[in-house]
Amino acid sequence: MPLDLLYFGALRDRLGRDAERVDPPSHVVTVGDLLGWLAGRDGAYRDALAEPSRIHAAVEGQPTGHEGSIFGAREVALFPPPGAL
Amino acid sequence: MIDIRIQATDFDPGHQIGRLEQLVAGSVASVTVAAVASDEVTEIHVDHYPALARNVLAAIGAEAEARFGLAGIILIHRHGPLLPGERIAFAAAAAAETGVAFEACGYLIDALRDRAPFWLRETLGDGSVRWR
Repeated sequence: MPLDLLYFGALRDRLGRDAERVDPPSHVVTVGDLLGWLAGRDGAYRDALAEPSRIHAAVEGQPTGHEGSIFGAREVALFPPPGAL
Repeated sequence: MIDIRIQATDFDPGHQIGRLEQLVAGSVASVTVAAVASDEVTEIHVDHYPALARNVLAAIGAEAEARFGLAGIILIHRHGPLLPGERIAFAAAAAAETGVAFEACGYLIDALRDRAPFWLRETLGDGSVRWR
C-alpha cells in the first residue's frame, strides 16, 4: 500500500526532499521497521538515518514511537528532535 | 479555556495576558520567548509540521489543564521567517493561586521546548545555513 513520507528539519536537507511516496514490503509494520528499510535503500538514507534514536516520527499527525504501527497508515512524518526553543 | 495558536505573524503578549485577566481567576503568569541567535545569524526560519504541531500543542494544553486545574491557557508558537530577537513563542496560565499559575507556566514552556515539532534553520552572513 503506498505510503506518503514527509521529512522535516535537518532531515529534509540531508535527504534533499521534503516528501515522497513509497511502497514498503509487507514485513515493514512499525516505524522502526520503516527506518531500517529506508536506511537500506541507499547511502543517502543510510547516512541520514544513521542515528535512529535521533529520528522522531508521527503517524497520521500523531507522535509515535519506533515501536508504533504504520499498518494501514497513509502518512508518516520523520524528523529530528524539536529544537526551536 | 485553552487557546492554541500556530501562526506566522507576531503577537502582542499584553493583549494575550489581558484576555486571561478577563477570566478573573486570580493570577496570570506568562513567559514570552525570543528567537535568540548568535551575531553571525541574519535570518531564522522556523520549520514546522502543521498537523502534528496542532495535535502536540493541544495535548500539552490539555495535560496542563488537568494537572494544575487552570482557568485558562494560551499557547502561541510562530513559524516561518523571523529576525533574531523577534518573539517566537508565548505561554500563559490563569489560576486561582499565584504559585500554581507560575508552576503551570513553567510546565507549558518546558513542554513546548521539549515536544513541540518546530525546527530552526539559521542563515548566516556568509549565506550558509545550519539547523538547531
